Amino acid sequence: MSATGIGAAVRRKEDQRFITGTGNYTSDISRPGELRAYFVRSPHAHATIKKVDTKAAEKMPGVAAVLTGADLANDKIGGLICGWAITSKDGTPMKMGAHPAIAADKVRCVGDAVAVVLAETLRQARDAAEAVEVDYGVLPSVVDPAKAAAKGAPQIHDVAPNNMIYDWHLGDKAATDAAFASAKHVTKLDIINNRLVPNAMEPRAAIAEYDQGNDALTLWNTSQNPHVARLVISAFVGMAPEHKLRVIAPDVGGGFGSKIFIYPEEVVALWAARRVKRPVKWVSDRSEAFLTDAHGRDHVTHAELAIDANNKITGLRVHTIANIGAYMSTFSSSVPTYLYATLLSGQYAIPAIYAEVDAVYTNTAPVDAYRGAGRPEATFVVERLVEVAARELGLDPAEFRRKNFVKSFPHQTPVIMTYDAGDYDASLTKAMDLIDYKNFGKRKAESEKHGKLRGIGFSTYIEACGIAPSQAVGSLGAGVGLWESAEVRVNPTGSIEILTGSHSHGQGHETTFAQLVSDRLGVPIETVSVVHGDTDKVQFGMGTYGSRSGAVGMSAIVKALDKIEAKAKKVAGYMMEASGDDIEFKDGKFTVKGTDKSVGWGDVTLNAYIAHKFTGGQLEPGLKEGAFYDPTNFTFPAGCHIAEVEIDPETGKTTIAKWVAVDDFGNIINPMIVEGQVHGGIAQGVGQAMLEGASYNSDGQLVTGSFMDYAMPRAADLPSFKVDTTVTPCPSNPLGIKGCGEAGAIASPAALINAITNAVGHENVPMPATPSTVWKAAQGGMKKAAE
Amino acid sequence: MYAFTYERPKSVEEAVNLLKKSGEAKLLAGGQTLLPAMKLRLASPGTIVDLSKVAGLSGVKRDGNDIVIGAMTKHVDVMNSAEVQKSIPALAHLVSVLGDPAVRNRGTIGGSLANNDPSADYPAAVLALNATVQTNKRKIAADDFFKGLFETALAGDEIIEAVRFPVPEKAGYEKFRNPASRFALVGVFVAKGKDGARVAVTGAGESGVFRVKEMEAALGKDFSAKAIEGIKVPAKGMIADLHGTAEYRAHLIGVLARRALAAAK
Repeated sequence: MSATGIGAAVRRKEDQRFITGTGNYTSDISRPGELRAYFVRSPHAHATIKKVDTKAAEKMPGVAAVLTGADLANDKIGGLICGWAITSKDGTPMKMGAHPAIAADKVRCVGDAVAVVLAETLRQARDAAEAVEVDYGVLPSVVDPAKAAAKGAPQIHDVAPNNMIYDWHLGDKAATDAAFASAKHVTKLDIINNRLVPNAMEPRAAIAEYDQGNDALTLWNTSQNPHVARLVISAFVGMAPEHKLRVIAPDVGGGFGSKIFIYPEEVVALWAARRVKRPVKWVSDRSEAFLTDAHGRDHVTHAELAIDANNKITGLRVHTIANIGAYMSTFSSSVPTYLYATLLSGQYAIPAIYAEVDAVYTNTAPVDAYRGAGRPEATFVVERLVEVAARELGLDPAEFRRKNFVKSFPHQTPVIMTYDAGDYDASLTKAMDLIDYKNFGKRKAESEKHGKLRGIGFSTYIEACGIAPSQAVGSLGAGVGLWESAEVRVNPTGSIEILTGSHSHGQGHETTFAQLVSDRLGVPIETVSVVHGDTDKVQFGMGTYGSRSGAVGMSAIVKALDKIEAKAKKVAGYMMEASGDDIEFKDGKFTVKGTDKSVGWGDVTLNAYIAHKFTGGQLEPGLKEGAFYDPTNFTFPAGCHIAEVEIDPETGKTTIAKWVAVDDFGNIINPMIVEGQVHGGIAQGVGQAMLEGASYNSDGQLVTGSFMDYAMPRAADLPSFKVDTTVTPCPSNPLGIKGCGEAGAIASPAALINAITNAVGHENVPMPATPSTVWKAAQGGMKKAAE
Repeated sequence: MYAFTYERPKSVEEAVNLLKKSGEAKLLAGGQTLLPAMKLRLASPGTIVDLSKVAGLSGVKRDGNDIVIGAMTKHVDVMNSAEVQKSIPALAHLVSVLGDPAVRNRGTIGGSLANNDPSADYPAAVLALNATVQTNKRKIAADDFFKGLFETALAGDEIIEAVRFPVPEKAGYEKFRNPASRFALVGVFVAKGKDGARVAVTGAGESGVFRVKEMEAALGKDFSAKAIEGIKVPAKGMIADLHGTAEYRAHLIGVLARRALAAAK
């Protein structure tokens, strides 16, 4: 292993600019003559729009235009769409209501845009927005997904009676019912997977510019996947043809899923910029972000586990109501279905599984993928059920898991997935050693001496990353393919530019992708730069989400590098008057097999371009290759997290005493970056389990609309993590990578709630397990789960 | 933020005149509540009267058996004051758990008291230590100063100049933070002074800071955690929100009072 190659803990190249304040985020960009946009947003969760009077606002100082939903409709700008088609049990397609970028007839959640003001300054725009008079006819609203489909609930979209978008199912109902009928023990749980607000450090932003001469538009925005944004805005919204629309996602300060989606504000910025023929800039403030960023999770679930006389799991039955919010966001339909129910087998060999999912509209912000997207929800269901089952049966939760683990691969689950490789025993055993499980009793006794409760909780999770192959996801309803592209441009002097469709917004691609190239070509890492996030530079790409950049994005680079090496060998062959087949390439040197004749990387790259050693008939000049990589299967990262907590029963304050994570991510490019991903993921999972929870009141107002009421995890809430790995390389991609971005957020909530419930001796501790909640549980005041 | 007129008087008298002149004037002390509210357009004063250049409003001094803290004294200066640390260590501790470093380096005692946020820390100390709020017009006893949520006895043209804390025999403060805002979900200040024991609670009451007389009576005889073990504070009148029920807050008062007593110095 070289100091900068695969497996080396290379410091992140991009941090130089991030840490010194020289990054280039969307809101750092200003275009000459730009106007600032400010949205007039609905204060009501559900209301008809009777009238929007913009006259007074239009006369305010600095105002260039005030545009409404009616203007948008007149200009025939299409609405936003959800790009994954889900089919209900009866074969009918999901019921997607219209989602105009500015509401014209009706608002469906607080924060819905009803007008936009364009002015010379942000303050002028904001002042004028207050002068826009909107006459609302307030309607009753519903925010609770469990009540949305009830008789008499307010009807949110006409196309979706009873607010039901789809009732979908997966698995074999008859076989599962039979397993339950013959079960010796059945464990039942009612679970609410709490709604989360993503809260990336950088709020969303968009700048749109119209080039009249070329009738072309450019959009700078905070996107995890600029090409998909361009495709949707072009093909579905109908803004402009793809070749007349350039989307640039420059430095992006975190996404966690929330910046995958196509949002109203960027559509409005493009439309407005063309309409007023001036650049338009919109930057969300934090209050707007709380209201309008797509939220995550929000499931209401009843789950049951069937166990036979030998303590083997024989069946799993799940019914989930998924809150989609007021509109179907870009990939919202896939999250509670194919990203959720397909993972319900966990790490276990379960012969029969049946899952039903009802997706409903409510008068709340749209809900879509958020770090883990469906897989944290699945893991929470499975790992809570397994832990509670072990407790009910009086079994050690680790041994109960071990007994039911999948042990041979490939393993076909009853819910689509074929697990390719793994060693679940290995990660569990290592994690138990690291946390010193056998001495937990001593530590518990020690805590009790000080009046504290101590608990330990496991989460042996599995996830599916690198969602693919495209053909398979297409058959499940995806509107896009999920491959990735790469282009390797070698310059005459030997430096290299990697163009990738994998966008980096905190993941460290500029380092890890360069490590791959440095390792493969034997060149210094400084000579490699990674270019991403601009549809004019990168031909096409699917973006970054679902822990796919390593497994899919880097595999595409490997394919392109294969082509580069093959061509460079030919060039070297001409230089040394040997056949390209006789050239060996190692450590940046091309050698004629069996001789000491060699040429270096820089000589070859220069010769590729000056083309003095071969004719155009023999070889094309230049050294640039591209590749598209479509995986043959998902990857299946898995592992074991164990949390140990100490609780002050007098106050309910939970202190995380220990945390061990042993993950199998397959082969690892940069262990430091992977560890950072695990840390961040655990922090987000701890946030969900203990701190975070979006809460709407019955009028549809977001009670947790700021950091005063929405608790984000802070350093002091977290212990020092013990992070380790086991390795079973992924067999389906050339680097053996599985993906690591979401694992921490997927594994950790179950581990923490298992630890807290173990400590308090009650299973009903809803998330977030705030001190108030834990205190009540510790007092024995909580009734058993299920109510 | 809306446009406003900015004034920076040099004396209390000048500041009072500016307050009288403009009906919509607001005093700016540390600005840790006012400025965020203005940025969110939740407050829109026509005039801001910045007290930062008014002479003589800052500093901590000992005056006989009292510690006198100027209204414009920043939290961090109270926290680091050798005099406060020596005479009322519980007060220095309270300030050390107040807000975050940014707030402690800008916020002031006078600003905090005039705002009277029901979850702020300072009101508990002022009430429990039986302090006196000295204004340009009068001296207001702590018991008369706090009038409810964000309400005080201050008149529209009245400016806090200093707060006078009698040095207690013993005092302690325990705070349980709201997990989101880090304000006091409940904070309890206990003090034993020459007139007996006082217990003041912030964060919990629907009408802001309040005293727990039943605990005070018990502590008058025996200033210890044991003395209040059986005393339960009723949940009626407690704040209930998504961070804690009224019952939880009422329960925490007992727990925190006992801990404050155990730690009292």
